Amino acid sequence: MGKKTRMTGARALIESLYAEKVDVMFGYPGGVLLPIYDELYDADIDHILVRHEQAAAHAADGYARATGKVGVCLATSGPGATNLVTGIANAYMDSVPMVAITGQVPRPLIGNDAFQEANITGITLPITKHNYLVTDVNDLPWIIKEAFHIASTGRQGPVLVDIPKDVTTDEIDFEYPEKVDLRGYKPVKTGHKMQIKRGAEAIIKARRPVIYIGGGIISSNASKELLELAETINAPVTTTLMAKGAFPDTHPLCVGMPGMHGTKYANFAIQESDLLIAIGVRFDDRVTGKVDSFAPNARIIHIDIDPAEISKNVRVDIPIVGNARSILKMLVEFISELNKSKSTTTQWMKKVEKWKQLYPLKYLMDKSLKPQYIVEQINELYPDSIIVTEVGQNQMWAAQYFKYTQPRTFISSGGLGTMGFGFPAAMGAKKGRPDKVVFDIAGDGSFQMNSQELATVVKNDIPVIVAILNNGFLGMVRQWQDLFFDKRYSFTSIDDSVDFVKLAEAYGAFGLRVTKPEEVGPALKEAVDSLRPTVIDFVVEREENVSPMVPAGAAINEILDLEA
Amino acid sequence: MKHTLAILVENKSGVLTRVAGLFSRRGFNIESLAVGVTDNPEISRMTIVVSGDDHVLEQVIKQLNKLIDVIRVSDLEPGETIERELALFKVKVDKGNRSEVMQIVDVFRAQIVDVGVKSLIVGVTGTNDKIDAIEKLLRGFGIVEVVRTGTVAMNRGAKTVKPGK
Repeated sequence: MGKKTRMTGARALIESLYAEKVDVMFGYPGGVLLPIYDELYDADIDHILVRHEQAAAHAADGYARATGKVGVCLATSGPGATNLVTGIANAYMDSVPMVAITGQVPRPLIGNDAFQEANITGITLPITKHNYLVTDVNDLPWIIKEAFHIASTGRQGPVLVDIPKDVTTDEIDFEYPEKVDLRGYKPVKTGHKMQIKRGAEAIIKARRPVIYIGGGIISSNASKELLELAETINAPVTTTLMAKGAFPDTHPLCVGMPGMHGTKYANFAIQESDLLIAIGVRFDDRVTGKVDSFAPNARIIHIDIDPAEISKNVRVDIPIVGNARSILKMLVEFISELNKSKSTTTQWMKKVEKWKQLYPLKYLMDKSLKPQYIVEQINELYPDSIIVTEVGQNQMWAAQYFKYTQPRTFISSGGLGTMGFGFPAAMGAKKGRPDKVVFDIAGDGSFQMNSQELATVVKNDIPVIVAILNNGFLGMVRQWQDLFFDKRYSFTSIDDSVDFVKLAEAYGAFGLRVTKPEEVGPALKEAVDSLRPTVIDFVVEREENVSPMVPAGAAINEILDLEA
Repeated sequence: MKHTLAILVENKSGVLTRVAGLFSRRGFNIESLAVGVTDNPEISRMTIVVSGDDHVLEQVIKQLNKLIDVIRVSDLEPGETIERELALFKVKVDKGNRSEVMQIVDVFRAQIVDVGVKSLIVGVTGTNDKIDAIEKLLRGFGIVEVVRTGTVAMNRGAKTVKPGK
């Protein structure tokens, strides 16, 4: 480049997106976006027209998680922009790289309560990593450049760019900047060498170490380095919901998920450990349970890219700030230099192994159709799928009963817990990874929050499979009412909402209903082989509970079996 | 425990909202806030007095540093810092006590900045404590109106709060 070309702001936006190598985006047009949409009409970008802006944000999120690239969504001013809010908040909580572009009313009208005006930069202030209102067309290229830079570096997250309509029609001598220079933003990359050394020494001394990993392993592509650490020091690895797939569930050192619906053995291991090696995690309350009783005997090493996470919820003994991947590399080197012998943890691993045998995840299989069985069947027939989930019981079963072996194959709304996330996110994941079979493991409640996207997947031929674990309840809330509110099922029954098979068919998708265990496998095959967007209505046992469970406010070793 | 933070920020619209929003969202208490441009017109300096224990303070600083428009945050050391606040007091006076008020003003090295028939305005700069002290004394005469700036603060000696490279 280097040569300036005269063009409109709308064209400059498209050129900027090209420069950022954006090939897919999810959006919905509107009045103030007309100049941008006119450019998109023949742009070399695969624009997916959604049916609700919330789905555009979730789809961009799912795309980002499946590919590691920045997800892009576009919505008009006012209601279009506010409809993105849930999706942006969701991406913020789970540190997903996303650029959300919104149209804004023309500059002279800003602040006048104009038609379809909303102060979206104000609204999204606490749920974006950063945001911009473009007040001059000449600022547009560097703002887009900065937006992508900020979204994709350091602790990743969503950035919103709000563009007034008259900025998109103003003309600019376009030149895309080559680099950004933000004096207020210099994310730490490599960890402090002395701290890493201290970490290595603590690891050598530990007799009962536990590696506790989160989404940071996936964002930093550190799965390989993690595997090396775990095998070098021979320690159990517990993977949070956000880390599913970052360490293979099939590996002998894997102890599954910690916390509220984690495995008993992961929780027991944490509680008895003398050293917790926490990597890319944030000690969420769903993991720690009663925080004062969390890992009471352990020193804690905390590796994280975000200094603000250090000692936020739990006091940390050895903080190491930086990119997990580069830190793990150095950590393993130091440990190898110190000649760690695996035998120091042999006793510990025996104990962990014993817990594993004594307290496996289990459910009672009878003649009825159990949701856990469906997840296991998907795993058995399509182990290389990308599994996206909704939120609630479906999400926990999908996390517990599918064996994830690759990063970016489990996509779920962890922090915000957004019902309605799964289906559009699955659509985004499938756009990013068309080579993969993509399932949305759904509940009948969550699916209905964004089922309008059936139109999008059919029109754009995005063959995702929605596996509804249909129990006619808002199941997780019902479970709490069952356990803590004397089975008073206040407004949680949603049975007979709709015929999901007919709903699918009404949109031109493939619909199937399954009521018996023996029908599960054949239905899954039929769905995958159809190569069509499919909804499978699995009519499951209505009052199945997610087990085990740590009651709210309890320590994580006070974990209850709930299976019948 | 009170801390005085010197915060260098980009001199752009919306930055104050970002900083203030962060304090309220994270549940941190601002005791006072003052902001103005620095010798570099692209950079503003905020002085924020915040109360809370060390853990709270650590979180405040880390969260502030995460804001893209925040260039530098410095926790000023109490003994090594000059702090000043400006206040204006409109005080009710009559013939009988006018001179008494003026004596107090002298003692505090304050100034009478406006004189009316029934009131006068006292302007005073100083530390937060000094201003509290004169306010207490003036209250005896009847204060009609008070306006106080937030604290501004600067390191003593050669030490500075600068943006760095």
